[in-house]
Amino acid sequence: MGTYLIRRVLQAIPLLFLLSIFFFALVNIVPGGPLAGYGRSKHIRPEKAAALKRQLGLDKPLVVQYVIWLVGNDWMPPVDLDGDGIAETRGTRRGILRGDFGYSFTTRQPVLKEIGARVPNTLYLMGITIAVALLAAIPIGILSAIKQYSFFDITLTTFSFAGQAIPEFWLGLILILVFYSTLSLLPAGGMYTIGAPFSVGDRLRHLVLPVLAGAVGWVAWYSRFLRSSMLDVIHQDYIRTARAKGLSEWVVIMRHALPNALAPLVTILCLDLPYLFAGAVFVETIFSWPGMGRLYYQAACQRDYPLLMALLMITATVMVFSNLLADLIYALLDPRIRYD
Amino acid sequence: MIEQSLSGAEAAPEAGRPELWPSTSTIARSPGQMVWERFRRHPGAVSGSLLLGLLILGVVLAFLSPYDPIQGNLGAKLQPPSWKHPMGTDALGRDLFTRVLYGGRISLTVGLLVVVIVLAIGVTVGSLAGFFGGWVDNLLMRITDAALSLPSLLVLILAGAVLREVGGDFFRRNNVVTIAVVIGLLSWMTVARLVRAAFLTIREQEFIMAAHCIGVPRWRIVTRHMLPNAVGPIIVEATLELGYAIMEEAGLSFLGFGIQPPTPSWGNLLSDAQTHLARHPWLAVFPGVMIFLTIISVNYIGDGLRDAFDPYKVLAKVGVV
Repeated sequence: MGTYLIRRVLQAIPLLFLLSIFFFALVNIVPGGPLAGYGRSKHIRPEKAAALKRQLGLDKPLVVQYVIWLVGNDWMPPVDLDGDGIAETRGTRRGILRGDFGYSFTTRQPVLKEIGARVPNTLYLMGITIAVALLAAIPIGILSAIKQYSFFDITLTTFSFAGQAIPEFWLGLILILVFYSTLSLLPAGGMYTIGAPFSVGDRLRHLVLPVLAGAVGWVAWYSRFLRSSMLDVIHQDYIRTARAKGLSEWVVIMRHALPNALAPLVTILCLDLPYLFAGAVFVETIFSWPGMGRLYYQAACQRDYPLLMALLMITATVMVFSNLLADLIYALLDPRIRYD
Repeated sequence: MIEQSLSGAEAAPEAGRPELWPSTSTIARSPGQMVWERFRRHPGAVSGSLLLGLLILGVVLAFLSPYDPIQGNLGAKLQPPSWKHPMGTDALGRDLFTRVLYGGRISLTVGLLVVVIVLAIGVTVGSLAGFFGGWVDNLLMRITDAALSLPSLLVLILAGAVLREVGGDFFRRNNVVTIAVVIGLLSWMTVARLVRAAFLTIREQEFIMAAHCIGVPRWRIVTRHMLPNAVGPIIVEATLELGYAIMEEAGLSFLGFGIQPPTPSWGNLLSDAQTHLARHPWLAVFPGVMIFLTIISVNYIGDGLRDAFDPYKVLAKVGVV
């Protein structure tokens, strides 16, 4: 197991390195870079724009830019930043390998600070969304499996088909339409009422719609998943044995069947971890939630290269490691699985 | 030989002789016929097919509409649904029903193109990996893993613009193709893995060895002997991919990174509707309903196909086998 873990971690390094090259190309090729707006403005002189380009380091070839992004430029010879022909300025970037993700083009703040401010908001929203989804999906999945082909099962299967077919962004709009525009019951966006003192009730009211919009799809997906893994389990011999021993149906299902049926669901949950982190682009955009998904959307609109790079790299890293986590947890829950 | 005698038995009652066998169980049917038989008994799949057929018909016949999807009549802007405008009109006085139908044309085209691209890449990669094994398999599967660890929505948001920049004039002019290509390039991995897994089991079977022994060329073994045996899961996955692709295109267009206005697509119609949400809700309702109906019918068709191709699994679930 130990060697397996080490091998997987070592494999992740070249993968992330390749992904970083891919992302860097992707982000930097996107047309209409951060200076496009200045280019068209009459109020910006060309030499001013060129100076800005130098300051942001966008005048260098892409390969050099990538190296600077990766390992920084504080060890490089000084460059001519003000354009007077004298190389006077030493680089201050330290590169992501030394934990420096650079500065946002738009806010001029350190990228990590920008992201750090958003991470808790996204984890808060998505954590609650997934928790709510699981609380709904687990009983639904169990019930529809043990009452297979009953009225309850057929109704819920239909609902879960519907839930998977509803686009998150449309559901969000309809929820705003009903609960904000028509009924004026709940706020249409934001995390809390601006200017109002902190209150739990206010926070909760702001959570209802985004959580609902986000959770419907997850409920549909998890309940279907649990239903089918539960069905696989309850037709096995050891369940028949448990019943033959005279155990109550509740104990058979909850103690003997459910733990085994949950193992694949836990794996799926691990694979969904990245969405916890950056998957909420739609919900956060519609409900103006100040999280990572919306930050990415804004960065993409403004072509904020360093911010985009950081968000892409962080998400990809979370993805690679949540895959690993899923494998490990699966082996932990099912001792028959051995990695070597 | 067997087929002949069985169909003879089926014809027997007509000749006036007593019926020995229930006719349905004695007809020799091709696997395709058997799949079709099971498919048409799946209520969800049948209603899904009917609904999707209806949607496609509407989208194809969109040109019959008396209104133009792009040119509006400012005198008739933001009208609620009426007989004249079944879905109302938008802020530029364009008939929403017409725009929804033309938008559906775009959305379904993107979906179908994505399926074609996904099949082309996925089947090729999967067959090569599954057939050759060894280092080819290793390399292709590492590439597949790498592609799977891309955060696809985040990459999609940037990829359209990049392809227009790098791909030149063709992609700049054909946004539908651009969007389909970027979605396709990020969605082939499941198909590749499926095909590979199927090939790994099929290639160990005797009939493949027999084909090798009598000197059938390798490409022919792949296309005539192995692929047909893997076709079930591929078709199911391709159907579901149609749904995902339509959803992804709608999402991208909704965020403003997909199909650009004035060309309508279900996603950008919803995006436009956001500004008028409170006072003109019909703008948001109808395009979303169309996305919902399309995807739910595609998913039901996929579910029906899955059961039709894999009856053993269905029987096992019911507890028969």
